[in-house]
Amino acid sequence: MGEPDGPEGRLRRFATIWSRAVFPVTSTSLTRVEFEAQLLPLARRLSEALRARNHTADEARAVGAALVAAHCTDPEALTRTLDCIDAYLVLYCGGDGPQEDLRARSSRLQHAMAAGYAQALRERTLAEQESIAQAALAAQGVVAQALHASEARFRAVFEGAAIGISIADLEGNILQVNGALSRMFGGAEQNLRSRNVTEWTHPEDAPQVWRLYEELVRGEREHYHVEKAFYRPDGTVLWTNLTVSLLRDADGNPQYQLALMEDTTERRLLNLRLRYEATHDALTGLPNRTLFFERLEKALNGAEGQRFGLCYLDLDGFKTINDSLGHAAGDRLLVEVADRLQACATAPGEMVARLGGDEFVALTTGPDTEREVDELAARIMNALLAPVRIDGRELTVRGSIGVVEGPAGERGPAEVLRSADITMYRAKSAGGNRFELADEEADARAITRHGLTTALPTALERGEFFIEYQPLVHLGDGSVRGAEALVRWLHPQHGVLGPDRFIPLAEHTGLIVPLGRWVLEESVRQARVWRERHSDTGPMRINVNLSPCQLSHPGLVQDTVEILERTGVRPDALCLEVTESALIGADDDLLKPLRRLAEMGVDIALDDFGTGYSNLANLRRLPVSVLKLDRSFTQSMQQFPADPVDLKIVEGIVTLAHSLDLTVTVEGVETGAQAEQLRILGCDTAQGWYYARPGPPDRLHELALVDATA
Amino acid sequence: MERPAWAPRSIDISVPSVSRIYDFYLGGSHNFEVDREAARKVMEFLPGLPKTMQANRAFMRRAVRYAAAEGITQFLDIGSGIPTFGNVHEVAQSASPGARVVYVDHDPVAVAHSEAVLGGNSDAAVVAADLRKPEEILASPQVLDLIDLNRPVALLLVAILHFVEDADDPYRAVAELREALAPGSMLILTHASYEGLPLPSERAGGAVDVYQDIRNPLIMRSRDEIARFFEGYDMVEPGLVPMPLWRPESSPEDEDPYAFSGFAGVGRTA
Repeated sequence: MGEPDGPEGRLRRFATIWSRAVFPVTSTSLTRVEFEAQLLPLARRLSEALRARNHTADEARAVGAALVAAHCTDPEALTRTLDCIDAYLVLYCGGDGPQEDLRARSSRLQHAMAAGYAQALRERTLAEQESIAQAALAAQGVVAQALHASEARFRAVFEGAAIGISIADLEGNILQVNGALSRMFGGAEQNLRSRNVTEWTHPEDAPQVWRLYEELVRGEREHYHVEKAFYRPDGTVLWTNLTVSLLRDADGNPQYQLALMEDTTERRLLNLRLRYEATHDALTGLPNRTLFFERLEKALNGAEGQRFGLCYLDLDGFKTINDSLGHAAGDRLLVEVADRLQACATAPGEMVARLGGDEFVALTTGPDTEREVDELAARIMNALLAPVRIDGRELTVRGSIGVVEGPAGERGPAEVLRSADITMYRAKSAGGNRFELADEEADARAITRHGLTTALPTALERGEFFIEYQPLVHLGDGSVRGAEALVRWLHPQHGVLGPDRFIPLAEHTGLIVPLGRWVLEESVRQARVWRERHSDTGPMRINVNLSPCQLSHPGLVQDTVEILERTGVRPDALCLEVTESALIGADDDLLKPLRRLAEMGVDIALDDFGTGYSNLANLRRLPVSVLKLDRSFTQSMQQFPADPVDLKIVEGIVTLAHSLDLTVTVEGVETGAQAEQLRILGCDTAQGWYYARPGPPDRLHELALVDATA
Repeated sequence: MERPAWAPRSIDISVPSVSRIYDFYLGGSHNFEVDREAARKVMEFLPGLPKTMQANRAFMRRAVRYAAAEGITQFLDIGSGIPTFGNVHEVAQSASPGARVVYVDHDPVAVAHSEAVLGGNSDAAVVAADLRKPEEILASPQVLDLIDLNRPVALLLVAILHFVEDADDPYRAVAELREALAPGSMLILTHASYEGLPLPSERAGGAVDVYQDIRNPLIMRSRDEIARFFEGYDMVEPGLVPMPLWRPESSPEDEDPYAFSGFAGVGRTA
């Protein structure tokens, strides 16, 4: 450090002034003091150049450039520097040289310094511009590479995707499609690229398809998903699951539409086929039960004023054809019938279905089915008239039809079909080859019968059956000789039901065997009670009915023997009643059990004699000891005077019976006159309301007592 | 494929960049006309802004020297921008030869430029990453290569947090970085604020609008909000202060009034 007023001190003062002037316009991160330290060597070079003889301009240029290197890049820094040099350089650094000469030299230094500064700033600016441009390029390269990689990956996805992808502009012009999409449309990508999305209409387009499209291209919707059909160039139909998304640019403006489509044509066909198979009969191609129920349900759910008509057809004697000609012939017959039925129901709202086997249905719907269903049934009957030719045979086809017609909204499909089924059976039991109209009462009866049939087994378990007894009276002395056991069913809902209501059902289901055994046991036990109480009134006999089914049951003899032994009742106290019709044409096998019972002493009565084909000659070989004349004979004697021919017939039968050693019982005696008449004709025993209606066992006791005291 | 956070859709030099604008404020020519145009617009509202930037650079220089003096040899500068002069690696490596510096920026041009500048400096590197995804920064090969996370690091968040909106949760990012760094690490931070500006905030708001327009929102935060970034750090004296007042090496009277806008501070974890 020199003296403050020495040359070094003056140089430093110059540097301080200079740094103070320039510092505010620099961008340096140095403090002013540090900055001043940077300027000091520059000030020294200027000071020396001011006093030197040669190369002064070069030095000044170098100082100007150094100023740029010290980040004095604002031209204001140069202005302030020059001002500072102009004012202070000669003053602080000129020493005692000639002032005018020094000022001229200072001027030249300033010119050179300005030139050096400008040159350096220009170079620095260019270098920095170059470097930032290079950096931008490099960065672009990096990004472009990343984009390229990403694009390549995208392209691989685009091309390799199994789903069809296409990109279109907002006017619908297709810009790009991938291979999968081209293949869906049958090949040629070029054909697709020149197309417009809006040309791709199809008659099966759902109404919202094009509304959604418009919303999307207007930018009101980001995406939509629809099932859509397209025509391929060859005219075939392509079905797709289509998802369309809106692509926006960086500012969020709609730019493109991206469509992703999945080919569902085959899946759809498969679904249609599966649906068809699930709803159609494989043999005839007619709609099956499933589809029919759907349609029927729809018809029954129809609006007010809508009606339905249903024809339920069952072929008569189809089983015979199947059994005799084989299933193949039977199937061909069904196919032919199906074709003919199909031709009968061609109007809108009409359909024919096969429910299974030889059962078909025809349905008609609309407001006017009351008339139409009759015509439909008539058409079906007509269609069956012409014989069907199979394997060179002419087969006559007949059918029975149950017709149900009614308003929609009242009954369910199951109920309607049941009614049709019942009615069809009514047509069948009326001889077939006809159609019958459903009738609520007939339905109700059938329905009750069905209900009773299913309730029978539990009724026996629950003890809902009971027995009433109708006295058998000796016509000679009017004494009670026994009683016929008549089974009753105390039904929880229907009350007391007579045997005519349920015995045929029990016969049909086989329940008659346990039920018959129960009746037999119960009656025989009752017979023993009577015997114990009324030993004085002579042997009381119990008559029990045997159904044809029981008759052929192998356990009949054994059951009967066991019951008699268990109760200790003598066989001759029991009379089994068998209907004449059950024994018509009976062979020895069937008669054997009856013979054995008869041999044991059990009486066998031939019930309802005279109603069937009364084979008098046959009577001899039957193990029968009693004839029960049918009530039709006694009915004719209710008139007065009785028809003499009827009287003769009865007299003849009685004579014949007696000659065969058979006793004769008459049923349905309602008046004293009848009773007297029958006594005169030689009948032995009688039963009927004239004596007593069937009643509880105690009533019989009373009758017997009355009789005994009479 | 998800686009990395840093990778722009494309390099568009017709869009102003905050790092090139910053360079312009500092008298550099690493910028394009769009950048200068935006910078001039800002300066219509804040004419002394370059002085704020200069003070920012001066603070960073003092803080780096302080950290080096405190024995820190690893520096992580996130939001480094375009290194015009007096960069962290220059300051740090002159104060502590062999110091390791990793720069991070999400501007690909700034990254490319830094790569060019750092070519041949084996102790410094640049990572293209975003402050909003600290895990990507910490897992980058450059950080793994140069920084030993078991030793203290000086984390520089200089003039960057005011470009991260609250929606991107800058506090979470700062906390994640703090947790990843070894005890004894430092946070060197500056942040723009309406507080300390030598003009009404309504007028300064015009500058904020310009940044909004170039889709680089400038978030002015209060001193309290800025102090919250130091959660988990012990403040180094004199705490969170205007930049010229942080450990000044020359008389603050020399400073331009604009240098006093915003706040600077250094914190250290125990």
